Amino acid sequence: MNELVLMKNFAHPDSNYIHYYEKNGGYQGLKIALKDFSSDQVIDYIKTSKLRGRGGAGFPTGLKWSFVPKDDHKPHYLCCNADEGEPGTFKDRALMEHDPHQVIEGMIIAAYAIKARVAYIYIRGEYGLSIEKISQAISEAYDQSYLGKNILGSDFSLDIYVHIGAGAYICGEETALLESIEGRRGQPKLKPPFPAVAGLYECPTVINNVETFACVAHIFARGVDWFTAIGPEDAPGPRLFGLSGQLKNPGIYELPMGLSLGELVNEYGGGALVGDFKAVIPGGVSAPMIPLAGLDVKMNFADLAAADSMLGSAAVIALDETASIPAVARRITEFFSHESCGKCAPCREGLDWARKILMRIESGDGLPGDLAQLEVLCGGIFGNSFCALGDGAAWALRATLKHFRHEYDALITVKNINRKGSW
Amino acid sequence: MTIETSKQNMLKDLTEPIAEICKRYPTRRSAIMPALYLAQEKYGFIDQPMYQVISKILDVPEIWVYELASFYTLYQRKAIGKYHLQLCTNVPCMLRDAYDLVEHVQTKLGIKPGETSKNGLFTLTTVECIGSCDVAPAMMINQTYYTKLSKQKIDQILDQLSETKALPQKETLSGKKPGAVS
Repeated sequence: MNELVLMKNFAHPDSNYIHYYEKNGGYQGLKIALKDFSSDQVIDYIKTSKLRGRGGAGFPTGLKWSFVPKDDHKPHYLCCNADEGEPGTFKDRALMEHDPHQVIEGMIIAAYAIKARVAYIYIRGEYGLSIEKISQAISEAYDQSYLGKNILGSDFSLDIYVHIGAGAYICGEETALLESIEGRRGQPKLKPPFPAVAGLYECPTVINNVETFACVAHIFARGVDWFTAIGPEDAPGPRLFGLSGQLKNPGIYELPMGLSLGELVNEYGGGALVGDFKAVIPGGVSAPMIPLAGLDVKMNFADLAAADSMLGSAAVIALDETASIPAVARRITEFFSHESCGKCAPCREGLDWARKILMRIESGDGLPGDLAQLEVLCGGIFGNSFCALGDGAAWALRATLKHFRHEYDALITVKNINRKGSW
Repeated sequence: MTIETSKQNMLKDLTEPIAEICKRYPTRRSAIMPALYLAQEKYGFIDQPMYQVISKILDVPEIWVYELASFYTLYQRKAIGKYHLQLCTNVPCMLRDAYDLVEHVQTKLGIKPGETSKNGLFTLTTVECIGSCDVAPAMMINQTYYTKLSKQKIDQILDQLSETKALPQKETLSGKKPGAVS
């Protein structure tokens, strides 16, 4: 039995309104933070909570905040990354639509910690309803003095603005997101300098995911001890797992990290639609798929990394016996090729090349050297791309070649037999 | 109406709302994306005269406006149908037979992805993940989600749109399974 935290209010029709949120303990965390903590103490508290980012990389949140300079004279900025676009991921959308105030409350606490007076929430343009709910929640928060000048009578002031994305997956990468807010094409920038030092408008900036901010609100409302008691020691707290693909009960499941992938897709997901699972993608399509034999892997950062994959956005996509791995690999590669920002050649050219080979294989025109060529391409893209987009694409593709080479071979061999027959 | 008069009208329409947008950012360049959205909402799509108007209002080079309009895919640079069918074909939807639905819509409407029906009612686009993976296959028509699609369900929706020229009842929130955790 798990007590719901992030999804506690989801079922109620009024869950997105401030009166319902406040009635259920909402904005208590902010009141505690403003009353009992200095900015530095807020950062230390989040460090103690061992909260790790929920967007993909799993970076320790408190540590990220602590990189912001203390005594500079530049304005500081806070950004919420709500550009959720990793295929299979829909948790942030649910948070923003059902319970936007916990995200806003977390943002206010974070802004207080890093001494930001302006915050932006970057929501992808496809999420019209999220934009509507967040905007309405922001306006309610202003009305109740949680935003604006002298929040709750303190000397802390904050404005939050919504910035709407326009269909570029790459803007989920934090430096590309900042470029986009600045009014440029979404292309990643070289790090260092890291955003904490020179981010938005060259000023110190912190960027966190929607779910990360939601966790912050609860940490202050209920305390670090409560938070660290949930889940594994190195990655505590509730986590939203999005289950999709070929399993019986798709949906969002709030669970501690650390349960096995098999348990997740079988006990919660209800098992495969047809037969058994062939493979499961554990963290969005850039996370390499895990074949059936590996489903006992634990869903936390360390174990998935040891299994040569990653927890990513905890978007679990299940593939049953009917799935064609080369077709799925083609679709994933097509996606990344389409979303490549074009800045670096390994990603821009390499993924397009890989996509063409995969399409050829899928349509039965694969050539004997194609798989070797794909291996070469993966090696050339991985580790040589400017940002994680190219790396993730090559990493995911390589896993399909490693675990399901026979499926590719079958497609290529069939064609070669046909070719002989037709002569 | 000449291009010049229509630009004058646009200037009149957009100057004030764009000035409002500028208050949110320390630089005018940041206001280009929201300004493009504003123009698109008002006129249906955006093209060069609008880039020029936005560039004039914000006092930024026209190329800054054009590069965003062409980089970001949600900006429509030509007129599209009244109903923009955006079918997701990414992995979670694909695993739930989204490609069959694309095929079905193509046959039914006689248009390929990227095309608009002759009566100007429908534009078909295949899109990347729209965050409805748990209720796949899914599509959006303009800003409204339609989920757990089947050929029959699509037929109903399209027939209704063709007849009434109005969007069916909104399907709203995502993640309909709050009780999913036991």
